[in-house]
Parts: sequence; C-alpha cells; structure tokens
Amino acid sequence: MTVRVQTEDFDVGAEIGRLRADNPKIGALASFIGVVRDLNQGDSVSELTLEHYPGMTEKALEKIVSEARSRWELYDVLVIHRVGRLRPTDQIVLVVVASAHRGEAFQACEFLMDYLKTRAPFWKKERAGDATRWVETRDTDDTAARRWS
Amino acid sequence: MKPGDSAAAIVRIRYFARLREALGCSEEDLAMPAAVHTVGDLAQFLRSRGGAWAVELAAGKPLLIAVNEDMAAAEAPIRKGDTIAFMPPVTGG
Repeated sequence: MTVRVQTEDFDVGAEIGRLRADNPKIGALASFIGVVRDLNQGDSVSELTLEHYPGMTEKALEKIVSEARSRWELYDVLVIHRVGRLRPTDQIVLVVVASAHRGEAFQACEFLMDYLKTRAPFWKKERAGDATRWVETRDTDDTAARRWS
Repeated sequence: MKPGDSAAAIVRIRYFARLREALGCSEEDLAMPAAVHTVGDLAQFLRSRGGAWAVELAAGKPLLIAVNEDMAAAEAPIRKGDTIAFMPPVTGG
C-alpha cells in the first residue's frame, strides 16, 4: 500500500504499471482520477491552491486505506494527492485498487474517494477573477460517505 | 512562566485554511488554563478571547479538531505536550 502527498503531477499509466508489476494474481484494477474544473458555483476558476496538514494527511489516508483493506480482499492500493497550486485540467488525485475481481476493485475505489473527501485534511482555495475563496463542503459528500457505514 | 519550567502544561495549537486566515494565526503555544481538560474546554477558552475567535469557533459552526493528528471529539482529553489542530471541514479530492 502506498500513500503519497506531492506537488508534482503523476503519470497514471506508469503508476498502475508499477502497482501491478509481477503480480499474476491481480485480475482487476479500478482507478479514479480527480481533475481541476474551470467552473465552480457558476464562477470561472483560474487557479486552485490546495493546503493540507503535513503528517496528519498521510496518517489519515493510511487509515482510510486500512479501512478499505479490512472490508475487501485487495492486493494493493495506491493513493496520490497533489497539493500546492493547480490549474484547470490538472490532475489532483489518483486512487488505484488492485484485486482479483472487479467487484471489490470498483467498490473499494469508490469507498476510498468518499472517505478521502470527508476525512483527509485537505482544503481548496480557488481564484475566480481577482477574488479568492475557500471552497465550501458539499452535503452530497457527507451523504456519499455515510452510505458505507 | 520560565523556559524549562516543567510544571507548565504547554500545548501547541494549530489552525488551518480559512480558520488560519480568519484568526490571523497559524500556531501558538498555550499554557493550559486550569479549567481546560478536554478539546471542548479548549474551544470554549479560545472563544472567550472574543472577536474573530468567538465568531470562528462559535458553537454550532462546522469544525474539525484533531489531537496529535487524529480526529477527536469534544470530550477527548488534552494532555501536556499535545498538538491540537482546529480545522474547517475538509474539501480535498
């Protein structure tokens, strides 16, 4: 299991390649890639700054991954989350889950994202025109996370 | 309080994102007032500073609190040397 918080971009193909290398038991890989949009709440967004709590972020992500591994039979999990300044079309987050069959992979991937969205200490600040504002949480994220409990 | 005074129950408090900006403070070391035993007590003490502290940490405002990098409830105890983080709801992903 790997958890990484970084400013640099990531190469999805290379990451998945490394994760599955030399493991003939893996029959399914599910991945999710979060991307910066240029629109939020009706305003055009030109830039996003991601702040986090170094130390706690990694611990929180590892806890979420452990929780997923206790619920489903998984061979490996990778979570990469970027921080710092990002622009529309940039990749923000990557979750990859490797398992024997697709059911576990799909479910665990969705679970990981739902929990990450409500439990990992990241905060987005967006720039629209000359103004910046902290992104507000969405009730739908809480609802999505609750369905797993 | 003199440096190295072992009787002083010092905790470190950290503030993140919107809270950090609204309070104008990213972290502080606090000698715990005698009445502060839990996370909830600490929030109450900080509110009593008034101004932005009272507004931002007002009861009922959505707020996450971590003790030593683990999410904690209001009843969680605070001990000397702990790091307590006050955070707005998270918006990653």
